[in-house]
Amino acid sequence: MGDTEPLVRWDWIGRNWPGIQQLLTDHIVMALVPVVLGLVIALPLGLASARWRVLYQPTVGLMNVVYSLPSLAVFIVLIPITGLAERTTVIIPLTFYSLAVLIPAVVDGLGAVPDSVRQSAVAMGFGPMRRLLQVDLPIAVPVVLAGLRVATVSSISLVSVGALIGRGGLGYLFIDGWQRQFYTPIVVGIVLVVALAVLADGLIVLAQRLLTPWARARRTA
Amino acid sequence: MNWLVDFFGNRANWSGSGGIPIRLLEHVEFSLAALLLAMVIAIPLGLLIGHTRRGAVLVVVTANAARALPTLGLVVLIVLLAGVGTTWPVLLPLVALAIPPILVNTYEGIRGVDEDLRDAAYGMGLRGRQVLLRVLVPVALPLILLGLRIAAIQVVATATVAAYVGLGGLGRYIIDGLATKDFPSTIGGAVLVAALALVVQLAFSLLQRVLVSPGVSRRARVR
Repeated sequence: MGDTEPLVRWDWIGRNWPGIQQLLTDHIVMALVPVVLGLVIALPLGLASARWRVLYQPTVGLMNVVYSLPSLAVFIVLIPITGLAERTTVIIPLTFYSLAVLIPAVVDGLGAVPDSVRQSAVAMGFGPMRRLLQVDLPIAVPVVLAGLRVATVSSISLVSVGALIGRGGLGYLFIDGWQRQFYTPIVVGIVLVVALAVLADGLIVLAQRLLTPWARARRTA
Repeated sequence: MNWLVDFFGNRANWSGSGGIPIRLLEHVEFSLAALLLAMVIAIPLGLLIGHTRRGAVLVVVTANAARALPTLGLVVLIVLLAGVGTTWPVLLPLVALAIPPILVNTYEGIRGVDEDLRDAAYGMGLRGRQVLLRVLVPVALPLILLGLRIAAIQVVATATVAAYVGLGGLGRYIIDGLATKDFPSTIGGAVLVAALALVVQLAFSLLQRVLVSPGVSRRARVR
């Protein structure tokens, strides 16, 4: 490779597009499954920790520990159990990272519900379940979604580390580019990962606008 | 479990340039260098932006962008651009990844200080810089330390990944072990890295206890 090697060779992208698309799909699956799983698990756990405050400190402490573990190390430790180059080996740790962000988000979101609102709901005859679904959770939406944005964007970028154990979606392009001392795949990989993250982030912001119509009404009023 | 016994029980893994003590030292040295460089850049910048409230957009943008950037891709690209075989370019992505959490938390910490407190400090006759250093920084310290902790953990993890492009440190056991199908070495390396991350986490909790004023952390009882 000479000094004249450009950062991007466009013809390489054209020739390899089907393969890139496959990596992209794989990447999306491995990034989003953990976030969805994380949200499904974090809601009940967060509700429980918000209701029984004794649970909160240990849960958050444990999640802090989980979050500090380097992803590559966790992938490696899982290999004997779930296998090398398997999707599950990447998905399981990323699910835990999502949980580490989402559980505190759910708890903080529910904590943001003003007491007066809660009492009004009770006074209006809302049962515990109906109050939770129609009052507490909607008010918690902005904080929970803020957590979801962090979890989603980190998950999308972390998947690529999986390439070191043979399953990293677009991360494969980094390995490929390194082994052949060839910039184009690396640049393509970085651009696609960031684009994916920005897109996912935008979609969540959009979802937040749709889920909290009152926020907009208040701004225009 | 047998793999761990194989790895940690092997005498050869405890001495020489590839031994655990040397690798650990390399890892810590490199991470510390990256963290210090990032601190030197990000803390003054965060203080400045938080205090003057100019350039806040910059902080938000870097924070979001940094989270989306894939570390492996960044490491590989920068080292390839700088020339393979040299070690110091690897510092660049590590520093780049450590700056945003420090910057954001320093900024948020300073910005979030109670207005009344700030006014009271000015009212007592303190000047701009005195207000910053004697009032705002101590009050914002928990958040600044949180930013440093996130950055430190990020750096330790990324330094592991950077073994792929030839950096020494504990990541070597993982990368070399994978390449030669030496699973005891791979698993042993992973356990060591995880342990190091936990020690960093613990060290920062202790640091927080020591450095943060009891009045700020509400450990002191107000009568």
